[in-house]
Amino acid sequence: MMVMMDFKVVVLAGGVSKKLLPLVSKELPNALLPVANRPLLSYTLDLLELSNLKDLIVVVEGRDAAREVGSWISAAYADRLQVEVAAVPEDVGTAGAIRAISRYLTTAKDILVVSGDLVSDVPLGAVAATHRRHDAFVTAMLCSAPVSGSLDSGSSGGKDKTKKPGRYDLIGLDPTKQFLLHIATGAEVGKDLRVQKSILRAAGEIEIRADLMDAHLYAFKRSVLLEVLEQKGTFHSLKQDVLPYLVRSQLKSDVLLNGIPQAEENGNEKVISQSNQQMISQILANASEPTFHLRYALGPHGSSSARRTHKCCVYIAGSSKYCARLNSIQAYSDINRYVIGEASHLSGYSFSSHNNIIDPSAELGAKTTVGPHCMLGEGSQMGDKCSVKRSVIGRHCRIGANVKVVNSIVMNHVTIGDSCSIQGSVICSNVQLQERAVLKDCQVGAGFVVTAGSECKGEVLAKK
Amino acid sequence: MGAPKKSSAARVSEDSDELVRVPLQAILLADSFTTKFRPITLERPKVLLPLVNVPMIDYTLTWLESAGVEEVFVFCCAHSKQVISYLEESEWFSQPNFAVTTIESHNSVSAGDALRLIYERNVIHGDFVLISGDTISNMSLTEALREHKERKKKDSNAVMTMVIKRSKPNPAIHQSRLGTDELFVAIDPDTKQLLYYEDKADNSKGILHLEKSLLSDNPSLSLHHDKQDCYIDICSPEVLSLFTDNFDYQHLRRHFVKGLLVDDLMGYKIFVHEIHSDYAARIDNFRSYDTVSKDIIHRWTYPLVPDVMNFGNTATKLERQGMYRASEISQSQSAVIGPFTAIGFGTKIGNHSKILSSVIGEGCNIGSNVHIEGCYIFNHVTIEDGCILRNAIVCDGVTMKSGAVLEPGVILSFKVVVGQEFVVPRYSQVSLLQQPVEEDSDEELEYADSTSAMTSKVDNSDVEDTSQVLDTHFQSSSELGVGGDGYIWSKCEGGHEEEWRHSVAPIPADKISEAMKIMEDELELTHDGSILPPSGELKPDSNDSEDDDNEDSRDDYFEKEVEATFLRAVNENIQEDHLILEVNSLKLSYNKLAADCAGAVFYAMMKYALDSARSSAGSLIQNVKSVLTKWKNVLTPYLTDIDDQIEVILKFEEMCSESVREFAPLFSTILHLMYDEEIVEEDAILRWDDEKRDADESDKVFVNQAQAMIEWLRHAEEEDGDEEEEE
Repeated sequence: MMVMMDFKVVVLAGGVSKKLLPLVSKELPNALLPVANRPLLSYTLDLLELSNLKDLIVVVEGRDAAREVGSWISAAYADRLQVEVAAVPEDVGTAGAIRAISRYLTTAKDILVVSGDLVSDVPLGAVAATHRRHDAFVTAMLCSAPVSGSLDSGSSGGKDKTKKPGRYDLIGLDPTKQFLLHIATGAEVGKDLRVQKSILRAAGEIEIRADLMDAHLYAFKRSVLLEVLEQKGTFHSLKQDVLPYLVRSQLKSDVLLNGIPQAEENGNEKVISQSNQQMISQILANASEPTFHLRYALGPHGSSSARRTHKCCVYIAGSSKYCARLNSIQAYSDINRYVIGEASHLSGYSFSSHNNIIDPSAELGAKTTVGPHCMLGEGSQMGDKCSVKRSVIGRHCRIGANVKVVNSIVMNHVTIGDSCSIQGSVICSNVQLQERAVLKDCQVGAGFVVTAGSECKGEVLAKK
Repeated sequence: MGAPKKSSAARVSEDSDELVRVPLQAILLADSFTTKFRPITLERPKVLLPLVNVPMIDYTLTWLESAGVEEVFVFCCAHSKQVISYLEESEWFSQPNFAVTTIESHNSVSAGDALRLIYERNVIHGDFVLISGDTISNMSLTEALREHKERKKKDSNAVMTMVIKRSKPNPAIHQSRLGTDELFVAIDPDTKQLLYYEDKADNSKGILHLEKSLLSDNPSLSLHHDKQDCYIDICSPEVLSLFTDNFDYQHLRRHFVKGLLVDDLMGYKIFVHEIHSDYAARIDNFRSYDTVSKDIIHRWTYPLVPDVMNFGNTATKLERQGMYRASEISQSQSAVIGPFTAIGFGTKIGNHSKILSSVIGEGCNIGSNVHIEGCYIFNHVTIEDGCILRNAIVCDGVTMKSGAVLEPGVILSFKVVVGQEFVVPRYSQVSLLQQPVEEDSDEELEYADSTSAMTSKVDNSDVEDTSQVLDTHFQSSSELGVGGDGYIWSKCEGGHEEEWRHSVAPIPADKISEAMKIMEDELELTHDGSILPPSGELKPDSNDSEDDDNEDSRDDYFEKEVEATFLRAVNENIQEDHLILEVNSLKLSYNKLAADCAGAVFYAMMKYALDSARSSAGSLIQNVKSVLTKWKNVLTPYLTDIDDQIEVILKFEEMCSESVREFAPLFSTILHLMYDEEIVEEDAILRWDDEKRDADESDKVFVNQAQAMIEWLRHAEEEDGDEEEEE
């Protein structure tokens, strides 16, 4: 797979996200949060491995978190991937994180930046290939915006969103859906739409889509990314600053103007300064239509005005592909359910004929049923007359009799007393639920003890 | 006044079966209400100008007939007599199944006026096609009509379907090949609803600004810069009444379309129908005249091409290489006629003359060694030997003396004479008529009153006119060389500075490169993010608070306005009724509730009482009493509701505690006064007391002050409620 060569992958694995409290902690950073009994980061790393992208840097915020992630990776991926783990200070932002590790990024032609909270089955190689084919400055992966709120549990608390499908980004595409012409993210999404006329003039048509989401997976030309980060010291986020900047300036590129001479670069600036003939042959060699960037650069009468343009491309994940970012508790529940449900191939396990996974070492009491789309980790025990539906139960849990677990995630080493009922909740490791506890839409932090008979609804229970 | 044709009315009533099926009607505006074809249109209406030797209106009518329209109302305004007499002489009044009726007006200055007049006539009974007489099309209406009707059935607010066509404007000079301004539209890709329409774009702004509400209902929308408005609209009858309701709508697009798009109150919707292989274009300016003529010669408009559309007696034949020739042309052996030309009936062409991609009308006399390229020459034009004409429009009866030269972009209006060897400079507009004084350069008023009077004179009395011309002959001869006749119009300021944009001449290369440079600079500007704020984290969102400020300041304005109005009423002794009317109009313009008015009026009254107390010797309470007594009738219309009265009390409380502390000690006294004057009822006071019960102590200062009165009221209510009712 030649195209994968010369791609350096940067995995932004985050640190301890406030949005995921109390599920994460210094000991259990985002990257190691179990999703269907596997650390979250393993989904990204496996996906990269599948695409033959094996040269990576995993960037973790905070030293402690980095140590945890590092030791897990060296144990799990020692012989599979070539991984360096780099720690960066907390809250530097995604752009800051790249800036901090730029000394590692000296050789590769392109950089693939992946958010470590991505759970997806989109072939990343295709993104890299799209990037290469267009010789783009940046290629962003887009996926369908998830409809927030889960499918069946209307009661799932937390989000105060309305019923409408979530609005994450406003994305402007050209009619061929290859180029990114406009992007509004973050606070911009709720405001009036402001589109540059110059880009609309050049492209003729821009389709503004609210149903697509920037999946936070980008391929950058290395020299471009580093130069932008160097020049624009205030840029904090790739998604909110760097990408919009590159999109805005695509018809009048000033990147690489005062940069190092890019003799070895096969970039646009060289292409455009060449004669028309060469340019066209180059385009044909690249097997893509002369795009509006090129037409624009050429001017209306084909006169080469040596205008610098650059391309911002997109790769749109097919609607059958799954793509989600685990950046909220709601997303955590949704993704878990999805991985053991419709997207079971993501889990990496093989499901039984009952459409569930019960580790052979798990023990089930009499009349206990584990429904489809469930997972029961190794060494876990369940008492009699229990019922588990659409839930994940971790390793070495001890569950008493007459316990109901619905739409929930139970991590490892959790003790659940008799007659407990857990619905729509997340129970972290080493939690103890004493008998007859009833939890609905709760998150219980690691090591917490829920006293007997307590009834909670929509609460966060964690140790102070 | 253009009596409606009996036949059409008769036909409808006769066919009783067809009562349900309303015949398809069309409104053809035979006036564009613009001045872009001046000076030619001073003498002849645009719709009668020949387009490849056929008057424009014939193209439009032919298309309407072929598209299945059964009844056309031709709205004539400027040069209405000419249009009507042309139609009378033509065969249009005698077509079977195609009724043409003229509607004449002398005082309409816009399409809006025209449609309002037609509405008054009450002749449109169903969906109709709205088109202006300078539109050339060969599209089939079936599909667009079906879509329109289906949408209408589902949603009665879908009042209009606009026809659009793909056309990519030049990004550098911001105009299409038709010479029209670039157009930005937003369309819902699924429903094809038009969401945004911006022509006459303000190029200084590099940003297209769309309301966020547009996206709240649609997951996606398409922004287009590559569409051309064909100015063919399929309208529901409501459109006419909308124009009548909104009497300020003048322009079809700028006012009507934008008005509907902005007004979400009524919820009227406009949809688009895009044509792909069909042709449709409106002749808006000289450039589009050139473009459309070429399209016709290249047969994009088939079957609307000269050899198929045979009007009059002369048949035109298509020869090889796109040469259209009428009969009885006498052409010298040595003359060269290039491809894509049209030569009219009875034209003579002399030795060694060259005619390249041009249109020559009937009965022209072209001498020897003449070079004509890219020109449009109307009928009975005499061009003497050795003339050179490039990219010009030459109207009927023009004479060019030998050796005269027309530089690109020249317009020679009727009967102009160009002197021997005279060179008419680029983009000159030459007419026998003097340039009208521009009193009000409002573009809407094409054939403005002064000129229509002037031109009608020309129409009525040609003889008189020529004598007039003769008078000026000697003065003007210098302008067009020896023996020349006509005025070269001075360029007006502003508008015509960029005359190359709308000229028949191709755009000079230097203009394009100039425009390109400007575009570059624009990009530079956009670039720094000075226009687009950096998103997200870099700039905290401060907009919301601004909005709030605006809201507040609007409140302030309202109160100030009411106060000023009130003071004026007091000082000028204006009657109460008039004051109420004025306050009502403020209420409407600021979109306020009755309670707001009550508060504001009350505030104004108290303020006045205070001010007069300060200036005169009388005590404050005396003044308040007299003001309340005198002006309470202004307040009462806004106090129909208990809530309104409570609002007044709250307002008073606010005044006492914030702005006008002088009233604070007198609160309960004045409240009592208000009760006595029946400004507030006891219910209001008691409710106010109830509402305040749970408030902070600090908020209850005045309730406590008024406690005695409240007690008394409660007491009274309990004791003799019945009696009070009888009062």
